[in-house]
Amino acid sequence: MALKIVVCIKPVPDPDYYDKVSIDPVTKRITREGIPTIINPVDKNGIEAALKLKAQYGGKVTVITMAPPNATENLKEALAMGADEAVLLSDRAFGGADTLATSYTLAKGIEKIGGFDIVFCGTESADGATAQVSSQLGEWLGVPHLWSVFNMEASSEQCLRVKTKAENGFMEWDIKLPCLLGVSRELNKPRFISAMGIIKAKNKPISIWGKSDLDVEDERLGLTGSPTKAGAIFTPDLKRKGEMLTGSAEEIADAIIEKLRAAGVNIPTQGDACSIEGGAQ
Amino acid sequence: MKKRIWVFAEYVNCTLDRVALELLTKAKELASGLTGETEVAAVLLGSRIGSTCKTLAEYGAEKIYLAESDELSLYNPMLYAPIIAELVQKEDPDIFLFGATAIGSELGPTVAAQLKTGVAAHCVDMRIDENEHLVASVPSFGGKILGEILCPDTRPQMASVKPGIFVQGEPEEGEAEIIRVDVSGIKADNLPLKALSLEKKEIEGVPLDKAEVVFCGGYGLGCKDCWEKLEKLAAIFGGAAACTRPVVDEGWAPGEHVMVGTSGKSIRPKAYVGFGISGATHHICGMKDSGLVINVNKDEKAAVFEVSDAGAVADLNKVLDQLILKLN
Repeated sequence: MALKIVVCIKPVPDPDYYDKVSIDPVTKRITREGIPTIINPVDKNGIEAALKLKAQYGGKVTVITMAPPNATENLKEALAMGADEAVLLSDRAFGGADTLATSYTLAKGIEKIGGFDIVFCGTESADGATAQVSSQLGEWLGVPHLWSVFNMEASSEQCLRVKTKAENGFMEWDIKLPCLLGVSRELNKPRFISAMGIIKAKNKPISIWGKSDLDVEDERLGLTGSPTKAGAIFTPDLKRKGEMLTGSAEEIADAIIEKLRAAGVNIPTQGDACSIEGGAQ
Repeated sequence: MKKRIWVFAEYVNCTLDRVALELLTKAKELASGLTGETEVAAVLLGSRIGSTCKTLAEYGAEKIYLAESDELSLYNPMLYAPIIAELVQKEDPDIFLFGATAIGSELGPTVAAQLKTGVAAHCVDMRIDENEHLVASVPSFGGKILGEILCPDTRPQMASVKPGIFVQGEPEEGEAEIIRVDVSGIKADNLPLKALSLEKKEIEGVPLDKAEVVFCGGYGLGCKDCWEKLEKLAAIFGGAAACTRPVVDEGWAPGEHVMVGTSGKSIRPKAYVGFGISGATHHICGMKDSGLVINVNKDEKAAVFEVSDAGAVADLNKVLDQLILKLN
């Protein structure tokens, strides 16, 4: 079986720099100047999963993103990893989209690509981290979907055996194709790009589609199509008094024990253990 | 018209997830901020429900929509979501809260997509504004920024909340009216998605969310031996050992169930003692509500000191050894 696989990716500000994100006191907008834009880390696990399936069964891997025009750089990286073609959905009308409008637009883009067997998404983006686009995209596409997939194997031609996370455990599923999987970082280890990959990527197509290229209802796009609206933004003040404990390791250990005791934590001692034994007699 | 606040009561493996009780407590508080008649209700799906309805009533559910069937014994979004969406369309709640557990994180947005309404994801705070709208504060950029999210035009206004964010209230005597949802016709067979099994791991020691004191290790631990010291210290206290993402990635800690942060657990112990924690926003977001916060790190510039009540610039290995020596 030759598989048609689509991977959704999102360009995000590099999470290693989030300590430097702030709110401009004048414009009240988030400033993230100087922070590089990368492929959302867990989306690379989606690309890797797609490439592995393609290597096993043959087929084609298409990466798609909804983003500003400069996202072609991130798409090139995905192509260099080994994806066959890329699609950028970019239009002012797509701006300000929440997860429902984003997943709608992605679904329309995937429709235009023309059929699929599997769609991969990352479980969540590093910046917004709502973790909602994957499940909502599955709904718009009208296919079975699962979120937080950390293990996957083909159990037959048209079916995958999949494991997803549960609280303190996991669930096992059979899911029929076509389907959508939101994958977690434990699923695999994304490959690095090679020099050959970069050279090959130069000849791979990147399509850029705007609103007029898609069969969309305008009122479902962007800000208009978003049931959630953003209100005020602020940075939480988490500062504490920061008293420094000094001295030898032993003195510091004593000071920590005293602080814990003062906070009402039960401090275990050898004496306690004796008295419990004594009490039991 | 009566304003309805609903809470999804996640019932897995014959156990009610405690986040439902935290959400019911919050729902009662939100109801008191609304004018006119209000009603807090729980939505419960599953099989062999036992005394769960009684528990939900004790924590504030005045009504319980109960969909009980053996076909629902294992969670399946293709069964659960349409039942819930249909119920919402019939009853028209104003607010609908989900726990952002592994299941809730999938089910909430799936139901919302079917209803074409909005979900504020992973709220850390909620209030009712002057227009009687739900205003939810959600973290972005790993918790560095908080943004308010509203859902002014569509109903219900949905929100998800991670376990441990809101405090569970005290149980009170209470009776809930039970509304049985007709699910006699549903069939798990023949769906393109089949749930085969649910495996639960036994958690060793004190669970992170129940520990009075948490000893937390960061990448600065440096090795698995140091993590084991941390576990030993936690065991001495009857507390729990926790960690940041790199400690899981390095394979020092047993897994994500002991990880604290935006993609891990949110905790609020009486005391938190960190060793080798840098203070990355992703982690701080999950422990900021702790009572006393102490940190030991050899890097005096570590950002974590700014969010600590007390700190020590020291070799954490030696401090750990001293603590174990003194208390064991």
